[in-house]
Amino acid sequence: MNETGLILGMFLVTFSVRYLLFAVAGKVHFPPWLITGLSFVPPAVLTAIIMPAILLPQGELWAEPDNPWLLAGVFAALVSFWRKDLLTTIVAGMLFFMVLRFGFNF
Amino acid sequence: MGSQISSQTMTDIKRHEMLEGAKATLPLIIGAIPFGIIFGTLAGPSGLSAWGALAMSVIVFAGSAQFIALGLLAAGAAIPVIIATTFVVNLRHILYAANLVPKVRHLPQRWRIMMAFGLTDETFAAVSNRFLLQENTTHAHWFYLGSWLAMYSNWVFCTGLGIGLGELFPDMTHWGLDFAMSVTFIGMVVPYLKSKPMWGAVIVAAAMAMATTGLPHKLGLMVAAICGISTGLSLHLLLKRGSAQECSDE
Repeated sequence: MNETGLILGMFLVTFSVRYLLFAVAGKVHFPPWLITGLSFVPPAVLTAIIMPAILLPQGELWAEPDNPWLLAGVFAALVSFWRKDLLTTIVAGMLFFMVLRFGFNF
Repeated sequence: MGSQISSQTMTDIKRHEMLEGAKATLPLIIGAIPFGIIFGTLAGPSGLSAWGALAMSVIVFAGSAQFIALGLLAAGAAIPVIIATTFVVNLRHILYAANLVPKVRHLPQRWRIMMAFGLTDETFAAVSNRFLLQENTTHAHWFYLGSWLAMYSNWVFCTGLGIGLGELFPDMTHWGLDFAMSVTFIGMVVPYLKSKPMWGAVIVAAAMAMATTGLPHKLGLMVAAICGISTGLSLHLLLKRGSAQECSDE
């Protein structure tokens, strides 16, 4: 596998996305619908990553109440709705996951 | 003499801004520590060499995209597919850049290039607060530099630490620590859920992600994201038209 090509390619697309607007700062204006459309990108992309990660944690569909990824995911979402704080959500979610997995051998 | 004193004060201001930037990013760095370590431990089993993993953290510096790349490598995806997915996953940074444009307009290109390289979710969050809370933003780019240097050095250090731990404890990959990524993303998505179009985008993206798990090269990620974004935008435009009509009816 060509790791150099992979890393350079990833760098190029990542940096271009981050630099594009800074490079032309103030010279180009985007239509309002495009800005609105972009505001849906983070939640849509992140959700598309989360779902298979917690419902197929080991490659197979595991939609049962003994799936610790799923249970801790739901728990973390509830904590996040309640406290609205990223660090609290991460710490509480990870602790809950660890307790399920190693405390109860889920 | 006078200019010496003022250049001394300038250095102090810059140093102070950099320190404040690093401090403001600290809570977010704590969240990124397990993330970086786990990236390092998962690299080897996913088929990325230790040097490759370290180089990726040093050169690409995009946590979530790096995680996705590992998942794709493990699934045997082709390199162009991984690069295209990286593009879609990082598209959210355009939004951050759009928000920061008024703050970088007066800066030379070398500063903009440096700031663009360090534009992560965490630094954006820390810097946005700084811009919101304080009026004087003349030296705020030093605050930005402090934030991203703290974030960057921690990311590279934790990647290295993870690679080492992964070699010491090969079992670690079966502990399910990849959940750290899911839980971080959950904590990032929930605050967005404040409007009907946002709920629509997230529900459709979730459903489509599950419906497309069978697609090769994890293409389902891109399909689901595009469906979610289109749903959100359509709902937004429909609701806006609806409320515009109500106004004109009255």
